Amino acid sequence: MASEVLAKPQMRGLLARRLRIHMVGAFLVSLGVAALYKFAVAEPRKKAYADFYKNYSPEKDFEEMKKAGIFRSIK
Amino acid sequence: MLSRAAWSLMLRKGGRGRREMHSPEAPARGEGKMPPYANWYAQRSYPMPEEPFCTELSAEQQALKEKEKGSWTQLSHAEKVALYRLQYHQTFAEMNRRSNEWKTVMGCVFFFCGFTALLIWWQRVYVYPPKPITLTDEWKAQQLQRMLDMKVNPVHGLASHWDYEKKEWKK
Repeated sequence: MASEVLAKPQMRGLLARRLRIHMVGAFLVSLGVAALYKFAVAEPRKKAYADFYKNYSPEKDFEEMKKAGIFRSIK
Repeated sequence: MLSRAAWSLMLRKGGRGRREMHSPEAPARGEGKMPPYANWYAQRSYPMPEEPFCTELSAEQQALKEKEKGSWTQLSHAEKVALYRLQYHQTFAEMNRRSNEWKTVMGCVFFFCGFTALLIWWQRVYVYPPKPITLTDEWKAQQLQRMLDMKVNPVHGLASHWDYEKKEWKK
């Protein structure tokens, strides 16, 4: 029905091309997600724990809890 | 109270049938099998029906069918379209057209969600027993105070948000 001739579309290698693109893409996406997790979640968490325990004194903590009266064996 | 269309739908008198509520199309046949159980019915997942759409052919249509047995290059465009229309009920474009059914579906879903909410509200007022003592505000406040005294989750959790010097929540 068309009066002009259309260009012949790509007939072969379609799956191979799709696999190539998605293989690269999947690799990059998983690398990206892993990097994002490391720097947005894992590192801040490690730092928060390190900061908490830098000046932590268990004896002081214990005295505070005892004063608050939560223990049943020690008054 | 009920609109006339809904009432006539329920009583199955006149008016538009349930199947025609959402899209304008030619009135369906009343007798015999209805689609999708008719043999000429096709859909995108079942595109080649068992039987042609028109089985009773007028003399002119039969002559066209005879002509179809010859070379198809001798058929004019209008004849090809006529043959298509004899064989198939709808074109792919017509068969796959969208409809407004989703609006009715969503409307009914939301309506029944709202009705359910009313039922649950009634249940909350008339059926539920009084709250246990552990859910009263005084008990919950004492429980929270005890958790802060114990310093639960002091790194990231509850106690990390409490300022122990000023005795208030951290900003």
